[in-house]
Amino acid sequence: MKPAWLLAAFLVSVVHGAEPQKPAPLKSGEEFSSADVRAMQADDFANPGMLWVARGGKLWNEAAGRGDKSCAGCHGDAAKSMKGVAQRYPRVDPGAARLVNLEGRINLCRERNQQAEPLKLESDDLLGLAAYVASQSRGMPVAVTLDMQNRRNFERGRELYFTRNGQMNLACTHCHDRNWGRHLLGDTISQGHGNDYPIYRLEWQSAGSLARRIRSCFFGLRAEMPAYGAQDLLDLELYLAWRGGGLPVETPGVRR
Amino acid sequence: MPREAKRGEVIEIRIAIQHPMETGFRFDLMGRSIPKNVVNSLVVRYNGAEIFSAEMGSGIAANPYLQFYTVAEASGALVFEWVDDSGERGSERATIAVNG
Repeated sequence: MKPAWLLAAFLVSVVHGAEPQKPAPLKSGEEFSSADVRAMQADDFANPGMLWVARGGKLWNEAAGRGDKSCAGCHGDAAKSMKGVAQRYPRVDPGAARLVNLEGRINLCRERNQQAEPLKLESDDLLGLAAYVASQSRGMPVAVTLDMQNRRNFERGRELYFTRNGQMNLACTHCHDRNWGRHLLGDTISQGHGNDYPIYRLEWQSAGSLARRIRSCFFGLRAEMPAYGAQDLLDLELYLAWRGGGLPVETPGVRR
Repeated sequence: MPREAKRGEVIEIRIAIQHPMETGFRFDLMGRSIPKNVVNSLVVRYNGAEIFSAEMGSGIAANPYLQFYTVAEASGALVFEWVDDSGERGSERATIAVNG
């Protein structure tokens, strides 16, 4: 009995040891874009994502809800108060005792402090606020901490990352660990990092969140797409943030 | 656009508008056609005088981005006004100080 148990433990460690953990060297998705897209991202005026950042900046100062408070009413100047915030998300919110990403945290703040309706996921307003807050951390490294509170989310995210899915029967790892830098149809496969989100994607002709991008990966796999706000998406976001730890925040990114 | 310029200098003006620019050829998830809604006209006035205008159609991508040049003649304001097919209007103002 005991040797069998030991063998199983050994096999588990071998399997885990063989899994690629973090791509090396880490490369932001921007590095896989073509020169024209990179130029668009680099120029703050040509970057259409800045339209959402500007929208977020406006909303930051507008009072909302029954609390009649604006974000600036509590947090003041976002350039100071929100610097280095986005790099720590997704994280477990102590009050709500669940994992939230930046969008989720903004909505919690609306409910608690502004006593306002939460903004609809993927609405221009929520994307705008998220992009505005995230862009304050530009250039700072993504740095989520793994602890007892989010360990379970992290494990679930990692499990999803390595689980085959859809009619294509592929896991995230098959493209983004084993084949990054190679071509899939007309595109170069990136390492699948979330450091530039929310991004402006030319295909969408709109800004979108990391959740939306992950959903389109599910679509590409011909798998059932998790609904917006699904726990699986959040857990994956946490795993991706850990995996891309150290990459600079570059919000708003521009992608093809 | 620059905040200040020398008199007679050629200045670059760039405009970005957040707008879906619906072509009228698309359908929603229920198969209903989405009505055409594009920014059909954009007018730029420099101290009241029209210096640039554009008529856009369904061939222009979402969130249009325009760029043009003009000569800095006098200090004052540039007023940008656009209107879309649904009748929604937007306007923006930018000031410029001209030296010399």
